[in-house]
Amino acid sequence: MKQKQTATVISQREIAPDIYDMWLESALAKEARPGQFLGVYPKDRSTLLPRPISICEVDSICSTDGGRNALRLVYRIAGAGTREFSGYKAGDSVSLLGVLGNGFPLEQGTGKKVFLMGGGIGVPPILELAKRLEADKQVIVGYRDDKLFLKEDLEKYGRVYVATEDGSAGTRGNVMDAIRENGLEAEVIFACGPMPMLRAIKAYAAEKGIPAYISLEEHMACGVGACLGCVVKTKELDHHSHVHNARICTDGPVFEAAEVEI
Amino acid sequence: MNTEVKIAGVTLKNPVMTASGTFGSGMEYSEFVDLNKLGAVVTKGVASVPWPGNPTPRVAEVYGGMLNAIGLQNPGIDVFLERDIPFLKQYDTKIIVNVCGKTVEDYVEVVERLGDEPAVAMLEINVSCPNVKEGAIAFGQKADALSHITGQIKKHARQPIIMKLSPNVTDIAEMAKAAEAAGADALSLINTITGMKIDIHKRRFAIANKTGGMSGPAIKPIAVRMVYQAAQAVKIPVIGMGGIATGEDAVEFLLAGASAVSVGAMNFVNPYATVEVLEGIRGYMERYHVENVTDLIGAVEG
Repeated sequence: MKQKQTATVISQREIAPDIYDMWLESALAKEARPGQFLGVYPKDRSTLLPRPISICEVDSICSTDGGRNALRLVYRIAGAGTREFSGYKAGDSVSLLGVLGNGFPLEQGTGKKVFLMGGGIGVPPILELAKRLEADKQVIVGYRDDKLFLKEDLEKYGRVYVATEDGSAGTRGNVMDAIRENGLEAEVIFACGPMPMLRAIKAYAAEKGIPAYISLEEHMACGVGACLGCVVKTKELDHHSHVHNARICTDGPVFEAAEVEI
Repeated sequence: MNTEVKIAGVTLKNPVMTASGTFGSGMEYSEFVDLNKLGAVVTKGVASVPWPGNPTPRVAEVYGGMLNAIGLQNPGIDVFLERDIPFLKQYDTKIIVNVCGKTVEDYVEVVERLGDEPAVAMLEINVSCPNVKEGAIAFGQKADALSHITGQIKKHARQPIIMKLSPNVTDIAEMAKAAEAAGADALSLINTITGMKIDIHKRRFAIANKTGGMSGPAIKPIAVRMVYQAAQAVKIPVIGMGGIATGEDAVEFLLAGASAVSVGAMNFVNPYATVEVLEGIRGYMERYHVENVTDLIGAVEG
């Protein structure tokens, strides 16, 4: 069930310029799945709306002493709200709305040869996906430069291929260049990243005749499917408004690439 | 303590309602709040046929509020009657359906379809959405146009009609009087205030529609003023809204002359806002020994 509740910051550090890695103690961890997101509320009352931030990692252990329920958010400072979050220290409280969105359909990749692709600040949700998905995992991640945040975490769960825009690490170029340079193939793709990357993946998947599950983002207000602010054009009629506009916050953020017009 | 209020002959168990467009048809928020606790649920606008709405981005945050230009995306009256009304009928709350259209005929068609649905207690007529090119606000910014559409709808409506007024006018009292004279049973205000935000880094409009309707706590003083002016100008009940976040905010609207209040954008900020506003009104009544919530309506002094 979705809830608004208070969480406590366990730790926070900057892992690349303007990229922050924050662990939160939150009961929401019990329900969180890869590809879902949280609405994180700034405390500054001039900024009202929850910031949608993808869940990077879940650490939920049930035990007799209460166990541990932790969520990891890795985010980039994009404005005043995320700048405020970046100043939080261990012990600080933070209001969360969650757990939101559908998440990646793990069952579509189980036992298969898969690409798990992340670009820039789209890399974080790929970590929990790589952790939970039981498959032959090729993790292809793209960065601007050699600040390869989360690469070491990802290496625990699959073979990691890196692309950098400036060529300072791995393949020079983007994730598609890394696929070509390494001669990689897959039966299913899971991806999160900037729109040009997702468009390239959609085209690649169509050409290869394989499914691609891509995580989209859009400016959101409610995060729960009521305001209809964050829609994406869909091939089929959406089930809410019947106008080919699915809600990214609730029908997504993960969609089959062939189903959305991006 | 008595929280009942009466709008156009319809008794609400309390004066807290939802503002159209911020609460869907209640489904999404029924996970957070018990809809049975609300005085009424006001649905998102429904048209005669499905409307796709505007391109994205549709929403942007501004200081103390937000802009939206959703463009009244809705599934049309057929799906609405099949899905949304049966859902709302499960709850002990009044159903108020917000109606939108591009022409008078569009509005009348929806109003007539809803006339056959006894579960619908009232109709709220949206003549004030700033985000669609045709219809809607064109009817809500000139007194003669407002008067015309109000009269036409009143002729066909089987439920009481609430005309939802735009704040984007010079004289709200004149608009309120025009709607009342043409047969409106109640008024609701304010709809959003037209605004604009520019992303200076990208040199682009923050919203694809360029302009959007502003809502949220930052607009509350404007809304209180307009509710006061409208309530002073007419005898029919006024439903007040605009930035209500707490029970104290709601009481301010009641004192200004509102007979009921709606919680809008704050649902997005706090999904429990509606019930917390109600609790806040109760707390105020207890503190000041107010027996009937109706004693607060228009009770501002001086």
